[in-house]
Amino acid sequence: MISFQHVTKIYSCNSIALEDVSFEVKEREFISLVGKSGAGKTTLLKLLLAEEKPTQGKIFFEGKNIPEIKPSRLPEFRREIGAVFQDYKLLPSKTTYENIAYALEVVGASDQEINRDVPKVLEIVGLTEKANNFPAELSGGERQRAAIARALIHRPEVILADEPTGNLDPYHSLDIIQLLLKIQEMGTTVILATHNKEVINSLGKRVITLEKGRVIRDEEKGRFIL
Amino acid sequence: MRKKEDLYYKHQIYMFTSLKRIIKSGCRGFFRDGGLMIATVFVLILVIILATSLFLFSGVSQFIIALVEEKADISVYFKEDAMEVDIFEVKEELTKIPEVKEIKYVSQERALDDFIERHKENPILMASLAEVGHNPFLASLNIMASDPGQYQNIVSFLEAPDFTALVEKVDYYERRPVIERIFSITSTANKVFIFLSIILAIVAILVTFNTTRLAIYNTREEIKIQRLVGASSWFIRGPFLIQGILAGILAALTSLALVSLITWFLSPKIEVFFPGLNIFEFFSVNIWQIILIQFATGILLGIISSSLAIRKYLRV
Repeated sequence: MISFQHVTKIYSCNSIALEDVSFEVKEREFISLVGKSGAGKTTLLKLLLAEEKPTQGKIFFEGKNIPEIKPSRLPEFRREIGAVFQDYKLLPSKTTYENIAYALEVVGASDQEINRDVPKVLEIVGLTEKANNFPAELSGGERQRAAIARALIHRPEVILADEPTGNLDPYHSLDIIQLLLKIQEMGTTVILATHNKEVINSLGKRVITLEKGRVIRDEEKGRFIL
Repeated sequence: MRKKEDLYYKHQIYMFTSLKRIIKSGCRGFFRDGGLMIATVFVLILVIILATSLFLFSGVSQFIIALVEEKADISVYFKEDAMEVDIFEVKEELTKIPEVKEIKYVSQERALDDFIERHKENPILMASLAEVGHNPFLASLNIMASDPGQYQNIVSFLEAPDFTALVEKVDYYERRPVIERIFSITSTANKVFIFLSIILAIVAILVTFNTTRLAIYNTREEIKIQRLVGASSWFIRGPFLIQGILAGILAALTSLALVSLITWFLSPKIEVFFPGLNIFEFFSVNIWQIILIQFATGILLGIISSSLAIRKYLRV
């Protein structure tokens, strides 16, 4: 489904973010990307979202080479991917409900679909009570759940989660990871980038370890070893 | 075929819902960003009022110029023994000059009657007129040119040798400085006006542009997020354009109310200085033109400045 082929990303001559990275992701897989800060996890996700272009190599998503997608086609492409970020990236001027509905409005869903789906997703992430609150009025864990709900709502093929637990306490971290597992069980591929050791070790899923921009380990049922 | 039609129909619905959402989101943004929108509307009001006053001023100045130009004329006085037929011949000749707008013949008797009419309350003047015993006034032609710059040509025409036997004097040299000054004032005023309008227009665009840029700068993170969620450029740009249009409309409405109040209030005061100049009337007569100017200025400025300001942040 996703295939990285000899991908290198160089920002400047003394800043090599990724070097000759190759791996495949199968449908409905749950993959964790681990590594220290600066190992290249975020860059890898940015390449997948077409926020950055690789210096070398190809990245295929369902047969399309991502760097070759025209700028005018990018919005469409991004709708097939749901993204969750460490800093949530919720729209501050919209309520929880509107933030989630926005992802559907963007794809041109009808009002009936929005009215039907948003409450459902709010229920899945446990935010029904907070539907009319603005992000500033939510706790960190609630904001991240809202962000996940937004990433989920248009039923993307893949969910990218970049340090989703980075700003959360262990209790809420576990909460978020449970939610991601639930999403994967419902049939979505999940790519999780994190440096949270407990999270990785409790998962027992595939782990790709990055170090200085290279893949140093790729194991089914991997553990956090650095 | 059926499938194609279905697709077309779906696309139409998609366009319609998107447009509806863009307008809705623009309106919502307009009220949520209250403070900044008030600032934008305020700047727009200033610009629109400036544009309107330029329009009003040009009307007023045209009125004043016309008033002054009407008073700038030359009179040719004919010798006492000049025959009326000859004078009419001169008049005939003068009408052939394209610069001449109007010629009025004042006979000796008419000049006397005018004088008596004007000064009948003044016993001294009347007594001295009686003293003279005969009509001391000369027949004259009162000439008005279409442009104050043309008087010199007309004078040269009258100074031709053919007319020296008839013409007593041309009343131009006494008035020449005045006429020329009026001419230079009106042409400079016009130039200054054009210059000022250009400067004001540039300032207006820069100020509005900057205000909207500030407003959009605040939302640059938001734009980035919208991009990442997969919103198309028009879906992001649309609400800002709607906000710009709303600000423009609101500003135009406010300006219209303000300008009509101001002209209504000032009109009698200005009329004291320039009898016959009623700016409120000028305003009411040209109301549609003014409404057009105000709405066009407001909406265009709103749209141009927000689309310029947002362009930079759409490249994600």
